[in-house]
Amino acid sequence: MSETETQKVCCKEDQGLDTAELAAELAAILARHADDPGALIAVLQETQRLAGYLPREALREIARARRTPLSHVYGVATFYSQFHLRPRGDRVVRICHGTACHVRGAPEVTRVVTEELGIKIGETTDDMAFTLESVACVGCCGLAPVMLVDGVTYGQLDVSETRRIASRLAEEAAIARGEAAPSAEDAE
Amino acid sequence: MSAHAPVEIAASGDTIAIRVCTGSGCAMNGSLAVADRFENAAEAAGLGNRIRVVRTGCHGLCERGPVVVVGETGIFYPVATEAMADAIIEHIASTGDLIVEEYLFRSPETGEPVAAYSDVPFNAAQRRVVLRNCGVIDPEDIDDALARGAYEGLRRVLHDFEPDALIEEMKASGLRGRGGAGFSTGQKWRFTRDAPGETKYVICNADEGDPGAFMDRSVIEGDPHSVLEGMTVAAYAIGATSGYVYVRAEYPLAVRRLRKAIEQARERGFLGQNVLGSGFSFDVRIKEGAGAFVCGEETALMASIEGERGMPRVRPPFPATSGLWGKPTCINNVETLANVSWIAAHGAEEYAAMGTGDSRGTKVFALTGKVRYSGLVEVPMGMTVRDLVFGIGGGCAEGHTVKAVQIGGPSGGCLPEHLMDTTIEYGTLAAVGAIVGSGGMVVVDEKTCMVDFARYFLSFTQDESCGKCVPCRIGTKRMLELVTDITEGRGEEGDIEKLERLARDVQRASLCGLGQTAPNPVLTTIRYFRDEYEEHIHDRTCRAGHCVELSRYVIDPELCKGCAVCKKHCPVGAIWGKVKEVHDISQDRCIKCGQCQESCPFDAISRV
Repeated sequence: MSETETQKVCCKEDQGLDTAELAAELAAILARHADDPGALIAVLQETQRLAGYLPREALREIARARRTPLSHVYGVATFYSQFHLRPRGDRVVRICHGTACHVRGAPEVTRVVTEELGIKIGETTDDMAFTLESVACVGCCGLAPVMLVDGVTYGQLDVSETRRIASRLAEEAAIARGEAAPSAEDAE
Repeated sequence: MSAHAPVEIAASGDTIAIRVCTGSGCAMNGSLAVADRFENAAEAAGLGNRIRVVRTGCHGLCERGPVVVVGETGIFYPVATEAMADAIIEHIASTGDLIVEEYLFRSPETGEPVAAYSDVPFNAAQRRVVLRNCGVIDPEDIDDALARGAYEGLRRVLHDFEPDALIEEMKASGLRGRGGAGFSTGQKWRFTRDAPGETKYVICNADEGDPGAFMDRSVIEGDPHSVLEGMTVAAYAIGATSGYVYVRAEYPLAVRRLRKAIEQARERGFLGQNVLGSGFSFDVRIKEGAGAFVCGEETALMASIEGERGMPRVRPPFPATSGLWGKPTCINNVETLANVSWIAAHGAEEYAAMGTGDSRGTKVFALTGKVRYSGLVEVPMGMTVRDLVFGIGGGCAEGHTVKAVQIGGPSGGCLPEHLMDTTIEYGTLAAVGAIVGSGGMVVVDEKTCMVDFARYFLSFTQDESCGKCVPCRIGTKRMLELVTDITEGRGEEGDIEKLERLARDVQRASLCGLGQTAPNPVLTTIRYFRDEYEEHIHDRTCRAGHCVELSRYVIDPELCKGCAVCKKHCPVGAIWGKVKEVHDISQDRCIKCGQCQESCPFDAISRV
């Protein structure tokens, strides 16, 4: 994680999270697993549920409490794709890239969504509205190609259906920012 | 049964079970609301005490989900909706008949309705051993499982077998590990039992990571007790008192159902102290993975359970002698364990009667891709790939032809059409470059570029390589660069040979199964589709029209009406033509964004 990214994390943390409450809940998690030497992953999973990502301070605290180097905690946290060291968008759009989805058009779905949301896979919009991710396989291959928005599944997508869903998402975010009236038409 | 034999439910005292699939696939398709609707409609129609809505695991035919199966004769309603639920209940209430003909599945050949789920061509040739209870029982109700014989195998084993005899029984069944490697389950148990040490562990590997595979998830979601029973039997055989299920965190429903099943099994004495009064004790904990494909490898999996980075280590020592926390450990896959509980109940002889040669029993496959009926299928070993893809899967949709079948995911290989009479056996599939693997089977048609397909799998394994050993970390990276160059029009003479050489090195020198098998998709596509590689390199063409850099957008003059919509959408002004005249695309200017094709109201634009 670069220095600028780190600063971003801290800013978000200061603005968005009640750090005292977070610390109390983290302490409870650590206490619950204190006797289990193999619980580091479980601790990280539960911690991430608190904030949606793993704040740097939380990693420090986990290392301190479990008497292990921060590098060790960092090493485990960065090994697994489930863990995020940066805050994620309010809405997470995940495009399945399983084999069935790939042969049934996931690349096209990805192209359309990246165009509509203006971010690439792995990125978060500046206003923190969306994070776009690719997942290896969600395992509902009968519905391929599949996209998930906050856990809601959209299956058997084609280009026009994907564009309809993605442009609606972008529009909703614009409304939330106060930039567009709810009935705004495509400006073209 | 005749399609018009009304079942007089008013006269019969039986309850009618309406089995609604609530596996992940159907649930994502809205089956939970359908199940609720059936319940509410039945209540409203005064049938609340006669109709029992069972929220089951996977029925198999995910493509036509949500799947609903009504009554013991199994009347099948595909693509069920809430409105259909209302209509079906109303029909049952007014006529006593379970069949609403207009909602039935229709044979694509004859157009005739097929009433019973078991008569649908998709099911006709299947043999459900592992999936025996999936789609039948409510996986959250242990009584449902018990009524179908759950834990009878465990009871029999504890009563009739000494551990050593049980291991011999398992060897006699011919069962081989279903996670991919295909090692004899009985032999694995023998090594673990014979290893010195007081504390031993059983681990259920439910870290199903192959893209396009959902066999293990479906088993846990549909019949978690079959897995727990299998683990308990394994523990008794090897002398373990505690076990872990290592399950993907991406499978929240499976985790929830497993947790519930463990609680219920403890309450009934199938797990915990003194199992069924036998004096043998065993308990199970769940460990949720955190998203790393390599953790399917057994030494990496154990590192992950210990809370570390999931990196494999050199074997030997094998887990059977030094595994989790350094103790002897037996790791079996979900499907293997579901087979174990069946063998425990029915005996080795009956199991070995299924299958052929050194491949006994059945195999579950996730049949997906460009096939008419995607879904979860279970067939006896020895069936041909063709019978599976065409007989069960219905082949490709109309107008398309099967080009290849990919078996075994990122570790497996592609079989071309002319090898589809190969039987599904460990040896025969290995001989043609594929593997039985964990059970992913992806059908591709003429629109799939085989070079890009190989690139797809390689990009997956390269991304998931843990980085510990050089051949895998750098070898897969270099291979991916070469294949990507070929798909993007930068291929050079000699690239294919370079790829083959690298592939063999990566296979031979990698530390674990991930690297050792990662080159397989590349090697088999070169072996069977070498001409496609050569076309990409020498002619700079992609016959599937898939590789963007090697294909172009063209307007069909027969279909073009000159409406100018494409011209308006083209961001670079590459389309020209007068209104009401056929338009054309300037290939020099085109950036291949696809906007024209997407916007054309007459489907006149295609990529070739």
